[in-house]
Amino acid sequence: MSTIELRQVEKKFGDLHAVKPLDLTIQDGEFIVLLGPSGCGKTTTLRMISGLETVSGGTIWLNGRNVTWLHPSARDIAFVFQFYALYPHLTARQNIAFPLQAQGEARETIEKRVDEVVKLLRIEHVLKAHPGQLSGGDQQRVALARALVRRPAAFLMDEPLGALDADFRESMRSEIKRLHVLQHATTVYVTHDQIEAMAMGDRIVVMSAAEIQQIGSPSEVYNDPSNLFVARFIGSPGMNLVKGKYADGIVKMSGLDNNYAVPQAWKGALKKGLADGGEVIVGFRPEAAQINDRGNLVGKVYASEMQGSSAVLHLTINENEIIHIRTDRLIPFPLDTLVHFDINPQMARFFNPKTEAALKPEVTQ
Amino acid sequence: MTTFEEVGPRLPVVEPTRVDKVHPRAKWGKSIRVILTLIVTFIMLIPVVVMVLTAFKSRADIVTPPPKVFFHPTLEGFLYLFTDRSVFSPANLAEAQANPGDLNYWQKLALSTGQKINGPSDYVGRLKNSVIIAGTSTILSVILGLFAAYAFSRFKIAGKDDLLFFILSTRMLPGVVVTIPLFLLYRLLGWNDTHVGMIILYTVFNLSFSVWLLKGFIDEIPIEYEEAALVDGYTRLQAFFRIVLPQAVNGIAATTVFCLIFAWNEYAFALMLTSETARTAPPSIATMLGSGGLEWSAIAAGSLGFLIPVAIVTFALREYLLRGVTFGAVRK
Repeated sequence: MSTIELRQVEKKFGDLHAVKPLDLTIQDGEFIVLLGPSGCGKTTTLRMISGLETVSGGTIWLNGRNVTWLHPSARDIAFVFQFYALYPHLTARQNIAFPLQAQGEARETIEKRVDEVVKLLRIEHVLKAHPGQLSGGDQQRVALARALVRRPAAFLMDEPLGALDADFRESMRSEIKRLHVLQHATTVYVTHDQIEAMAMGDRIVVMSAAEIQQIGSPSEVYNDPSNLFVARFIGSPGMNLVKGKYADGIVKMSGLDNNYAVPQAWKGALKKGLADGGEVIVGFRPEAAQINDRGNLVGKVYASEMQGSSAVLHLTINENEIIHIRTDRLIPFPLDTLVHFDINPQMARFFNPKTEAALKPEVTQ
Repeated sequence: MTTFEEVGPRLPVVEPTRVDKVHPRAKWGKSIRVILTLIVTFIMLIPVVVMVLTAFKSRADIVTPPPKVFFHPTLEGFLYLFTDRSVFSPANLAEAQANPGDLNYWQKLALSTGQKINGPSDYVGRLKNSVIIAGTSTILSVILGLFAAYAFSRFKIAGKDDLLFFILSTRMLPGVVVTIPLFLLYRLLGWNDTHVGMIILYTVFNLSFSVWLLKGFIDEIPIEYEEAALVDGYTRLQAFFRIVLPQAVNGIAATTVFCLIFAWNEYAFALMLTSETARTAPPSIATMLGSGGLEWSAIAAGSLGFLIPVAIVTFALREYLLRGVTFGAVRK
């Protein structure tokens, strides 16, 4: 259907930089998720694409057309709001037909298109009701129908599942995902829920402090976070980040007698990428560590918790630092037992504590 | 042990969802509330009842102590109110009574009290002036107030707070204080005793009120509705008419009634600034006291006629008023 391109787009509210200049190109039919904590500028970015917010600088291109200063109604985009924003004085059916009336469609066309989208979303039974009489899930379905009925160039969704109950949220998540596959419409989706982002996005744009931290596929963002923020923000629990000092192929961590032998592929990168003191942060996902009696790293059991399909073991490796290891089942270690473990060398990552950026491994021939 | 079916739920159900399961105590509470409401309503309505009764009493019945509740109703009051009459001299009266000729009901009624109808009184014209002036100024203040309130509610306006305070400050002096400067100003402009002058005056006075009141109601409408309409392909003006207006209807109704009541009841300005062409009903009812003795039935009839238009408007808007005058405190 269409592409969206942001070039050096920024937004200032007085002295406050809500969105620092950012570049983003969204491909035709792509499902892009803007992910970040509240106040990071993700919703402002979305609203600038829709035209509900003006830009302070930069240009927005929709399908190769500069729409930066176009009125929202002239951009041919649909917006799904967190609190649905269904018109309370109209019935569900009138709500869905409302955007088509703006386009001055013939009555029969409107009826036909509404019926199509109603069928797609299976909401035939709610059409006569007013929004106030509907459940949150049905309200959001009607809101989606109102967006879909126009066949817009792009869909913008601002935390559409944020106001729903947990069980509804998961079913709506798969519903939106399915709709996207069926319609193949360019979609920009804002959320603060990293699980939602991982589940739905073709690509994830991680934002924090008014800036893009990383753009990548869910697996890229998860496995190769570009900096400490992304490493912490993605995953539950987040990536383990342990401070240490690097010298001669070994990272020496404080506290217990932990000396981590750096995988061969990383040695060059660490040598080049670190400051003189060799201070480094070792990162690994909870599932990258395996408990192993002869493992060369050690921690004291702090707590262990069952998470259903897996369990998480919390180990202290010095006074301040706790790491998390995912295990298949709950292992009933007594507290303060010493547990040995290894890190899968493929899944270890290294960060420069000064710049907070991830180090890049040398390409091995 | 008694069961639920026998005594109903343990806590009184105040808003029953199933009528057969209301706790007896809740029923009692409801009856008591209804009875109290009726008593209060009755007390409040006594002056109105007295006024209605007086309007239909004859001159003799009005002054009889104690006041009669049952009496022979007559339209004398309305005769006095709507007509200009002269008294027959005794000789003429005898002749007129002996040879009544082709008289209509009102003329017969006048004759029975020894009077002759010369023509309609000023009251009809003054009531018409009241309707024109109060009605037009109410419509103007609500429409202008609505647009101003929308702008204050939705747009960034330089000095918004100062402007709002300025608008409010126009209501800080009691109106009577400015009547003399206004009188001089109006004489200078030639607006004395004109409909337009009074409409402008009442609109100015009501505008501050309607801007503040309506701003509160519009503030309560989430801006997302308009934003949804904007991305759905509507201009801001279309969104205003199709989305904001239907949802502000309670506030508009409340504001309309408040503005109408002010303009309709206004006395001091009308007394000072109008005399013949644009004189409204309130000062004219008051002058009845002075001119032809105490025509109590005419005064009561005049007040009744004066009450009816406001009562009709209020009744017509009652659906919206309940939520409007509580300023959104009562929700659906």
